[in-house]
Amino acid sequence: MNPFSSGTRLRDMIRAIRACKTAAEERAVVRKECAAIRAAINENDQDYRHRNLAKLMFIHMLGYPTHFGQMECLKLIASPGFPEKRIGYLGLMLLLDERQEVLMLVTNSVKQDLNHTNQYIVGLALCALGNICSAEMARDLAPEVERLLQFRDPNIRKKAALCSIRIIKKVPDLAENFINPVAALLKEKHHGVLITGVQLCTDLCKVSPEALEYFRKKCTDGLVRTLRDLVNSPYAPEYDIAGITDPFLHIRLLKLLRVLGRGDADASDSMNDILAQVATKTESNKNAGNAILYECVETIMSIEDNGGLRVLAINILGRFLSNRDNNIRYVALNMLMRAITVDAQAVQRHRATILECVKDSDASIRKRALELVYLLVNESNVKPLTKELVDYLEVSDQDFKGDLTAKVCSIIEKFSPEKSWYIDQMLKVLTEAGNFVKDEVWHALVVVISNASDLHGYTVRALFRALQTTAEQESLVRVAVWCIGEYGDLLVSNAGMLNVEDPITVTESDAVDIVESAIKRHASDLTTKSMALIALLKLSSRFPSCSRRIKDIVVQHKGSLVLELQQRSLEFNSIIEKHQNIRSALVERMPVLDEATFGGRRASSLPNTVSTSSGTAVKLPNGVAKPSAAPLVDLLDLSDDVPAPSSSGGDFLQDLLGVNLPPATQSEGTNQTPKAGTDVLLDLLSIGSTPAQDNNLSTPDILSSGQDNKPIIASLDVLAAPSNMMDLLDGLGPAPPKPAENGPAYPSIVAFESSSLRLTFNFSKQPGNPQTTMISGSFTNLSSNLFTDFVFQAAVPKFLQLHLDPASGNSLPASGNGTITQSLKVTNSQHGKKPLVMRLRIAYKVDGKDVLEEGQINNFPRDL
Amino acid sequence: MHYTVCKELNSVILSVSSQINFVCLISRQGKVRLTKWYSTYSQKERSKAIRELSGVILSRGPKLCNFVDWKGHKVVYKRYASLYFCICIDEEDNELEALEVIHHFVEILDRYFGSVCELDLIFNFHKAYYILDELLIAGELQESSKRTIAKLISAQDNLVEVAKEEASSLSNIIAQATK
Repeated sequence: MNPFSSGTRLRDMIRAIRACKTAAEERAVVRKECAAIRAAINENDQDYRHRNLAKLMFIHMLGYPTHFGQMECLKLIASPGFPEKRIGYLGLMLLLDERQEVLMLVTNSVKQDLNHTNQYIVGLALCALGNICSAEMARDLAPEVERLLQFRDPNIRKKAALCSIRIIKKVPDLAENFINPVAALLKEKHHGVLITGVQLCTDLCKVSPEALEYFRKKCTDGLVRTLRDLVNSPYAPEYDIAGITDPFLHIRLLKLLRVLGRGDADASDSMNDILAQVATKTESNKNAGNAILYECVETIMSIEDNGGLRVLAINILGRFLSNRDNNIRYVALNMLMRAITVDAQAVQRHRATILECVKDSDASIRKRALELVYLLVNESNVKPLTKELVDYLEVSDQDFKGDLTAKVCSIIEKFSPEKSWYIDQMLKVLTEAGNFVKDEVWHALVVVISNASDLHGYTVRALFRALQTTAEQESLVRVAVWCIGEYGDLLVSNAGMLNVEDPITVTESDAVDIVESAIKRHASDLTTKSMALIALLKLSSRFPSCSRRIKDIVVQHKGSLVLELQQRSLEFNSIIEKHQNIRSALVERMPVLDEATFGGRRASSLPNTVSTSSGTAVKLPNGVAKPSAAPLVDLLDLSDDVPAPSSSGGDFLQDLLGVNLPPATQSEGTNQTPKAGTDVLLDLLSIGSTPAQDNNLSTPDILSSGQDNKPIIASLDVLAAPSNMMDLLDGLGPAPPKPAENGPAYPSIVAFESSSLRLTFNFSKQPGNPQTTMISGSFTNLSSNLFTDFVFQAAVPKFLQLHLDPASGNSLPASGNGTITQSLKVTNSQHGKKPLVMRLRIAYKVDGKDVLEEGQINNFPRDL
Repeated sequence: MHYTVCKELNSVILSVSSQINFVCLISRQGKVRLTKWYSTYSQKERSKAIRELSGVILSRGPKLCNFVDWKGHKVVYKRYASLYFCICIDEEDNELEALEVIHHFVEILDRYFGSVCELDLIFNFHKAYYILDELLIAGELQESSKRTIAKLISAQDNLVEVAKEEASSLSNIIAQATK
């Protein structure tokens, strides 16, 4: 090169950057270099092009933008010399990815290089193609790659094989072209070619059932022979790792045999001997040997059953599990998780060891073990397992508590043999890790407590005790406060004492004390404080002697800066002072909460709990099936399912006790958790039916004027003149919101229709938010077979935002005898400029066979 | 009940996983020394991934296992002197084999540079990439023989040397002719 060159060398630039003491200095150096490189690019400087690109790659690695260098890669690739091409292809792979359109420009150069006479240049092109080619490039260049599978030099053949993997993953249709050339590769002796050929074969089998069938028939015996030769081969220094010849090839062969043997008894049979040999003969004192054993166990577990082999495999896992090496224990847990579907009994034998792993100091192992324990729980072992886990909760790391609590709660809910056990365990969890307990979980606990009438006294006393020892756990405080409010009389009277209980003496003022401390606690949030206020109101009636004191506490919150508390305390104060006659009726014990309704609502708001399609369509007490996935109806139903405990005064007081928490301004469906939170709060507090309030939540425009501006005085006025309020409610409550109020109407469309499935979309808009469209999709099965495991997925371009609510179910009866509904919310950031567009994928099973349908929806009504 | 998944177009529905999703080398100070992406990640996702992983991996103690779960994938890492070699593999892949792949790569680097150190990889980062490209393509292992890889790399290095010599002799001739 020109000895009188200007500019810095690559090495000097790296030194300069390393010498920088601050980030700002580094930025300055990089800026200067980039400016020089840009200038060189503009001058079309040829001599230093490859050096500039090398610098750019280094700068890219540091995280600076380098897009301006992309064209330089293309120029270098197009130049004739090997050194330029080498750096050019490296830059291409580093600076670009398959999504950049610049990549298309390189297709022609790559094609030429694939036909180059210099095999190293062919190798460079294959490598780049294998690492970043797009679907279009794959289609254009597949014939070249296919031809290179037969190239004279094995090093090109192996590169072509891996490049083919990328091609068939990008364009599965091309798979069949590769079947024959690959069969030839499997007979090779060169390890590189064999490894890549076996890998390509495995991937072909995954994308093409024909390929699988072909290789299973023609190649299984040959592959078994290859593996046997490999296992029995003498010491080969070139491939030896820890005394084993080429473990990489071992592993790939075992993987391919697994694919061939799965679901085919004959093929499985032909590989049994060699698998037994690998499982028994492989040395397990080094990582390489263990890697092979691990792969072998997985193959044994996946292929068709052979009792003896399975025992061998489980024994290997047992050995792994007791290994001192953490890596080996980790993979053992991992594999046991997969083995549990095959042989649950064998895995259960290792329960004690697995439980120890939950307490390991290594977070990765703990996580695996916990997931495994979760799968191991059943009715017969739930008690001891839960005890272990709950005990461990006390000492576990803070960052593990979240996971652990969620799993423990899930186990308790799923397997609880009796209510008293459930309540006991939940109380323990709340005491140890109440802050990690999710809202739905303690809501469920409250529902269960409310249903267990013989345990009310026991529960409230236990909670009182727990709260005395610790008040740090938010959800413990909430449950305790609620129970004390409801069952405070049982706390004091020691009624319903169980044999196992120690008697305690609690005076009425003790009970008030503990609720007061909850409200005064600095860390309590709004929900807790509100609940405590209500509990106090209830206690004021249960404990007449404390009424005066409770009034004082309530009055203290009249000046609260939180509107909710302020309003509540004013209202409660007025009940205590002015409405003595109705107070006791008003604060009667809550009616028993309906478990089924709660369960149904919970299932529909929690995507990850298991439920059937019937789970969401819960029958309401009035016998109307609730159409699921319609948020408005969902909200209305919760008011219906709680009967009014008192007829007098209930009509207006409902509003009094109602929670006007912020969700009024939140749109439905964006966030499930707060909704669930208010639901239950409403349940907990509800007295009488509250349709108007629910309209608040879902159609804010109706009440927006009344709500946003409603001053406290107004509600006091209402108190004084309940008829006003009732009029208002009468006008609004029973009338179902008309579609017209939800913005302009849009025609429904058939979004997707195939021979077996139809999807229709209904649209609605929220007033005042033209960008967002609520879509309710309904699926109809047009075929005569039942669809199961139905999953709908949708994707939208970047200018759209998509939110999918959980579907109403996952099985779709045949011949249109039922539908699955699912609501979607699409926000169009380009509203008015671009129409909606959506791509969808629907997967389901017919007779246990997977079916996949895909499509694109372009017929959305305009201006959505 | 089933999960509903919605992701941006192109990123999930059209992407395919490969065995190794990416390889990266991170120094103990959290500096990136090499990254190679075999699955499609945008620039943003790439820097986020590296940031998150270096946070998790660098803080792990010495006696713990070499695997961390990361976004539905597994990252297998191993520390050699001041460098962490990380490989991101799919959920169902063989972690122990990934460790062998890392070791294989390190041995080849060691042979090429003659007891390799971090500085070698900083100043000759492109050579480390060339070696990686002879070891892995499309996230799959290409060659199990260290000798073959060494031979292929040195053959290509020779080609570059020859081209350099030709170029300099050519420029000498021109320089002499124009004297």
